[in-house]
Amino acid sequence: MSTGINWAKYSSPQALYPLAGRLIPWFSVVAVALMGVGLYMGFFVAPTDFQQGESYRIIFVHVPAAWMSMFLYVVMAIWAGIGLGLNARPSFMMAQAIAPTGAMFTFLALLTGAMWGKPTWGAWWVWDARLTSELILLFQYAGVMLLRTSIDDVRRADRSSAVFALVGVVNVPIIYFSVQWWNTLHQGASVSMSTGSKMAATMLIAMLLMTLAFWMYSIAIILSRVRCIMAERESLPAWEEKPVTIQKIAEAR
Amino acid sequence: MQWGSASEFFAMGGYGIYVWTSYVVTALCLVWEVLALWRRRVAARAEHRAMLLGGTNETAT
Amino acid sequence: MSRSSMWGAIGGIVRRDLLLAMRRRSDAAMSVFFLVIVVSLFPLGVGPEPAVLRTIGPGVLWVAALLACLLSLARVFTADYVDGTLEQMVLVPQPLAVLVVGKVFAHWVISGLPIVLLSPLLSLQFGLSGESLGVLVMSLLLGTPTLSMIGAIGAALVLGVRGSGLLVALLVLPLYVPVLIFGAGAVTSSMAGIGGEANLSLLGACLVLSLFLAPWATAVALRIALE
Repeated sequence: MSTGINWAKYSSPQALYPLAGRLIPWFSVVAVALMGVGLYMGFFVAPTDFQQGESYRIIFVHVPAAWMSMFLYVVMAIWAGIGLGLNARPSFMMAQAIAPTGAMFTFLALLTGAMWGKPTWGAWWVWDARLTSELILLFQYAGVMLLRTSIDDVRRADRSSAVFALVGVVNVPIIYFSVQWWNTLHQGASVSMSTGSKMAATMLIAMLLMTLAFWMYSIAIILSRVRCIMAERESLPAWEEKPVTIQKIAEAR
Repeated sequence: MQWGSASEFFAMGGYGIYVWTSYVVTALCLVWEVLALWRRRVAARAEHRAMLLGGTNETAT
Repeated sequence: MSRSSMWGAIGGIVRRDLLLAMRRRSDAAMSVFFLVIVVSLFPLGVGPEPAVLRTIGPGVLWVAALLACLLSLARVFTADYVDGTLEQMVLVPQPLAVLVVGKVFAHWVISGLPIVLLSPLLSLQFGLSGESLGVLVMSLLLGTPTLSMIGAIGAALVLGVRGSGLLVALLVLPLYVPVLIFGAGAVTSSMAGIGGEANLSLLGACLVLSLFLAPWATAVALRIALE
């Protein structure tokens, strides 16, 4: 997350935990606001596409989801790499926190892609480079998460899934180009997901707003998940509770 | 503004089922993720309280 | 460290692993049998229409080769992990990545090379012939070492993990996709008369890339598993 954190200062979970807690409300508010404006732009300002009619309005959720799914994978791999390089536990926790959200956006990109493809191409699924690499991306997210859950030792789970995430980051572009190459051979799907140069400025703005909204949403959700992960992993029960509360609990006992 | 009426808006030029399925599923996913995290947080907090009360430190991994 | 000692280390590992494999020949034979059976199932499933078989042939052979390679992955490190040899290997003065190359090469000789040698025979079931048969053998010759290289990363990651057999498949199969596309694509395009050279050179590029990256990643994964 490029939130401009002075990482050296916040490299311990104890420091990151309250910082994340303070940032979450801001990102949530911005995400909701951007989503509102983006949806308004997408449904009420952007004109009807003269080729695809109203079905094109799916791209306001499809394209941002697809972008986020790839972006989050790269961010996850970067955190994984930092974790392996510097042996920093918070980086592994960040990588762990990103995976489920990334997988969810990958799933959404595939689903909305099918919803867009049916009326536009006449088929729910086409083996085009983007859809195929998106599908493989979903498998890789699943691999990262399954590898983590199958290893009981937290330290090994962190590091092993980090290695797999890094290997996968090499794989996705190769798959993208290999499928593109393969399609030119088969003379198959020459259709493309973009609406081309005819895209009106308002459409583009709505799409970018929705992308930003998803981005902010991801930051908020990832920060709150990383807080959960820290709370579950570290045995520092006093993080959450104010001293008064602890006292009360103790008295109640 | 290109919508004459609310029903026209929901019909989406005949593509309503595709457009609204996409948006509804996306919204459900986002809401579900927020709720799941909220529950996870509540559970983690409850565990900490239990740890405080029990006075043991054995949940540490 | 001198170059000769590095080659000596690789040679030693390869010799040892091949010797061990010779003692347990049934292991190697099993993945070959698996390949033969899987490939023979397809004509039974889709029907004996020659035109159909010729179309799906390259893909079927490649997918079967992929699965056969996958099945043998558990053998790369497990035995050494269980009896503690792997821990000794980490302590050897030669870099672990170099030893990994030796182990992967031995694995390829045991499970990849038989696939390559058997493929002309199997492709007769699908009516491949002439030039495309040569391209198939060539593509497998370039592709199966890549499969072993990539597979070693997965095998090292799941070492000693519960349910590792299924997990390694889930991890490694997505990484095999480019090799599958280029490999089957080489045969298909040679059958279409375009020639398979472009796909073959891409397979070669994949092999070079995996030769550079995979041993290193495998070594990292092994160290993590042994901690």
